[in-house]
Amino acid sequence: MQRGASSFNVISVAFGLAFLYLPVAILVIYSFNASRLVTLWGGWSLVWYRELLNDDAVLQAAWVSLRVAALSATAATVLGTLAAIGLTRAGRFGGRLLFSGMVYAPLVMPEVITGLSLLLLFVAINISRGFWTIVIAHTTLTMCFVTVIVQSRLVSFDRSLEEAAMDLGCSPSRTYLTVTLPLIAPAIAAGWMLAFSLSLDDLVIASFTTGPGATTLPIRIYSEVRLGVKPEINAVCTIMIAIVAIVTVIASLMARHGAARRERAALAAQV
Amino acid sequence: MRGADNKRSLGARRAVLVPYLWLAIFFLAPFVIVFKISLSQTAIAQPPYLPVIDLSAGWPGLKDFARQLSLDTYGLIGTDPLYLMSYLKSLEVAAISTALLLVLGYPIAYGMARAPRAWQPILVMAVVLPFWTSFLIRVYAWINILQRDGLLNHLLLKLHVIDQPAAWLSSDKAIYIGVVYSYLPFMVLPLYATLEKMDESLLEAAADLGCPRWKAFWLVVMPLSLPGIAAGAMLCFIPIVGEFVIPDLLGGSETLMIGQTLWTEFFSNRDWPVASAIAVALLGFLLVPILFYERLQQRSLEDGR
Repeated sequence: MQRGASSFNVISVAFGLAFLYLPVAILVIYSFNASRLVTLWGGWSLVWYRELLNDDAVLQAAWVSLRVAALSATAATVLGTLAAIGLTRAGRFGGRLLFSGMVYAPLVMPEVITGLSLLLLFVAINISRGFWTIVIAHTTLTMCFVTVIVQSRLVSFDRSLEEAAMDLGCSPSRTYLTVTLPLIAPAIAAGWMLAFSLSLDDLVIASFTTGPGATTLPIRIYSEVRLGVKPEINAVCTIMIAIVAIVTVIASLMARHGAARRERAALAAQV
Repeated sequence: MRGADNKRSLGARRAVLVPYLWLAIFFLAPFVIVFKISLSQTAIAQPPYLPVIDLSAGWPGLKDFARQLSLDTYGLIGTDPLYLMSYLKSLEVAAISTALLLVLGYPIAYGMARAPRAWQPILVMAVVLPFWTSFLIRVYAWINILQRDGLLNHLLLKLHVIDQPAAWLSSDKAIYIGVVYSYLPFMVLPLYATLEKMDESLLEAAADLGCPRWKAFWLVVMPLSLPGIAAGAMLCFIPIVGEFVIPDLLGGSETLMIGQTLWTEFFSNRDWPVASAIAVALLGFLLVPILFYERLQQRSLEDGR
């Protein structure tokens, strides 16, 4: 694309970013508001964070959500990576069209449909609903996102590296472990984090598949939000935003560091 | 080499087995069950529908089961205007929002693609970052702003644009704001991906041949970015049709979107058969766009870019 942005280009990007960030920034600022009223600024205060520490229901829900997200993201990363390897390296196999259909459909499928259908499955095979059914549901949804991320990395890197390893007598499974896996590792890590944050975020599918005793944070927040804006919710949201921001920044620094190292290695190889 | 290749694809085929089974059990099989239950009748029972397959009764039991299935639920959602209005409302919201997203998202993606090379990863990151924060939080943030004594009314009153607080929340306006806000990254990123790959010499050639900038944009850039437009539009349109959280928190209660109607049938009325029939009908609506989207995905991911 042509370099040299016109002022129209600069303004539209600036407007877009302001639109994306302003509402979240307002929410964060008002979580430090001493006043209970949203429009009244009562000075800076940590009162809502203190109140949050005493809110057992929210803390418990957060703990459930974190465990669901960690477990389902891990399972989804394993399944999604296997699926991506299959789709890029298996060539033609029976039912391939069906398989790729099943992988891409959940990406756009309305959540109410996925949630309802999973719930009816759990009822039909008589599994009692709760923590584990949410984990299964989130694994199913998020593995497809992992597949797409890992797959785009698998098609874009230099295949001759794998071929070289095998020409030199490396077995296929060893090639995967020593050549392919390290090359796609950043994509796998990114996939895990996306799966984690999608699971942490999901309200609709969790509402359908949950049972007694397994209230996730979004379900809790949703039931509070329906009753109106509460400053404590602003505080919960700010903490979640902070966690996501820190993880993302660390991840991008890691990726950049990895890329720089790879580039240096490539340069050395050319010399 | 050929032998090694075969062995490799054999290994990859084995790798596919586990995720294949997983998706068959937890994604495909549930749809069969939804379809079956959509043919049942509501009952005060556990589970709350009839008939239930009773395998212990053997063949006569199965025949009995098949006789009890009916199309009543589809008759209901086909004739009761409540459901038809919901479907139409969802299609309307999805179509208008997708158009708004395209108009808003295109200049942003275009600006990103023309930014200096070194800036581009940072800009992409800046657009992706809100997508990583919770959907629920982002919708909730707008309640803070749009409610009657919220910040928007406050600002407009101060600027003397309005002289009394306007009702933003619980209206279609609020739904559109929420949808456009939440889905903007889904529109910008596919557009940016195609615009960024575009060869700049094409525009130079157009300029050299005396083509004005707006005409070059319309005749060169726009047609070449069609795959990105299609991908972005599908990525937004399909999920918006079934959207639940945004209309539920920001919208009014006069006309519900179909996702809300399904939710109410299921959770409030405990009418599982009707909820299932709504889901089947919704899936029927979306089948063509979903298949179209899958073709796009396949082309961009599998045949190299």
